[in-house]
Amino acid sequence: MRYSGLRVIAEALTGHKGWKPAWRDPAPQASYDYIIVGGGGHGLATAYYLAKEFKQARIAVLEKGWIGGGNVGRNTTIVRSNYLLDGNEPFYEFSMKLWEGLEQDFNYNAMVSQRGIINLFHTDAQRDAATRRGNAMIMHGADAELLNKEQVRSLYPFLNFENARFPIKGALMQRRGGTVRHDAVAWGYARGADQRGVDIIQNCEVTGMRIENGRMLGVETSRGFIGAKKVGVAVAGSSSKVMAHAGMRLPMESHVLQAFVSEGLKPLIDGVITYGAGHFYVSQSDKGGLVFGGDIDGYNSYAQRGNMPVVEDVAEGGMSLMPMIGRARLLRMWGGIMDMSMDGSPIIDKTDTEGLYFNGGWCYGGFKATPASGWAFAHLLATDQPHKTATAYRFDRFAKGLMIDEKGQGAQPNLH
Amino acid sequence: MIINHPLLGPRDSQEFIYLGDAALIHRPDGMAEGALERFVDYTYLRDNPAGSHRELWYHEQGDRSWLVVTRDTTTHEITAVEMARDVARAEGRSK
Repeated sequence: MRYSGLRVIAEALTGHKGWKPAWRDPAPQASYDYIIVGGGGHGLATAYYLAKEFKQARIAVLEKGWIGGGNVGRNTTIVRSNYLLDGNEPFYEFSMKLWEGLEQDFNYNAMVSQRGIINLFHTDAQRDAATRRGNAMIMHGADAELLNKEQVRSLYPFLNFENARFPIKGALMQRRGGTVRHDAVAWGYARGADQRGVDIIQNCEVTGMRIENGRMLGVETSRGFIGAKKVGVAVAGSSSKVMAHAGMRLPMESHVLQAFVSEGLKPLIDGVITYGAGHFYVSQSDKGGLVFGGDIDGYNSYAQRGNMPVVEDVAEGGMSLMPMIGRARLLRMWGGIMDMSMDGSPIIDKTDTEGLYFNGGWCYGGFKATPASGWAFAHLLATDQPHKTATAYRFDRFAKGLMIDEKGQGAQPNLH
Repeated sequence: MIINHPLLGPRDSQEFIYLGDAALIHRPDGMAEGALERFVDYTYLRDNPAGSHRELWYHEQGDRSWLVVTRDTTTHEITAVEMARDVARAEGRSK
């Protein structure tokens, strides 16, 4: 069924009796050509592009819980392509271009809203760094704009510009950045993949891998063995757990990152504000809740919930940036598990096992990468060659000293 | 999280700096054969288990001792706290 405005009107006139489930609930077949482990944003996007762009068939997505129940439903919905390094910026700009055409492409309302994102700076040195990053973005075909203090004030007059420690001197603005309804991304990709014949198998946890003579034969699951010549793993925080089935240790630690939503408020913040110096960023959802977060808790965790010290740290960051946030009440808070790679950048690569491919290490920045990650991973699975924007995301970059240290840190700030 | 320090008693985890897997105690010998591979392994690769995890915490805002904390990464429950010095010696380190 194709969704459209006419369809909504037709359904409204007939009591909404014509809507069908957006994807099937098939039982797993004995074997597939491709198995994608992980029914999150990246896994579903991979299956979608594998079927649509690379014309492959007999594809299954295995998800241990329900689709959209992991990090794609737990993030703070921000999309942007404001990176500095050569290994990163072309990839994230590719992702941004895919976001811009995504809703038409998969015929689903993902509420892509290019409302603009600003990164605040507070010193001359930070202004120089922002200028450099903005120029790097423009050279790779993205948009960037340097705002002075008064321009920031005209956008967000309520910010605390005269903070004694971090006075706001200006910001780097990317107007094409913004937010996307995160659940709808998972649902849209799931529906699009399903329509092209991909089997999305939920409640199916991978419990082992069958590998013979260095070749992938298939995966053991909670619903029995499923054969496949090519298996792509995209499981975010569970990366180390799943890849351990193939005897691999990854350059990763799993950490918990918390996010918060306030009660619904009248329209207040029409873009995204990031305040790196204060470990705080905020946007406002269409329902009115302020959506904000800060840094990871900082210790290994698979618990999907964090602890109070970081809640306090984030609240302090919010208070120092926009003191009026103290009047808003917190409605919800939750945690997600981040696969923190050691240099803070992702991996999309083959492994030493023939037929086993890996996509992970997205740290706390995986959501914005969803379309390009899926596309690049599908490219790798279908052609055995890395996509041209993802050539730097290799396993061996650590041993070779070719780290992509965009922020100069991964799981720990002391590794570089 | 409350870390029950062997010398100082229960302390808030905020007083500590986290480093990671306690296997980091065993820094490879830089002069040995195959030191390069071992250092790549030591610096970048981790077991990263879901469940019981032995890890290094540094009591920066206390007595500046290094501790080995055994903690469940799925529940955050702490089951054992030892002085890293004692652990290192027991595992064959001389100092």
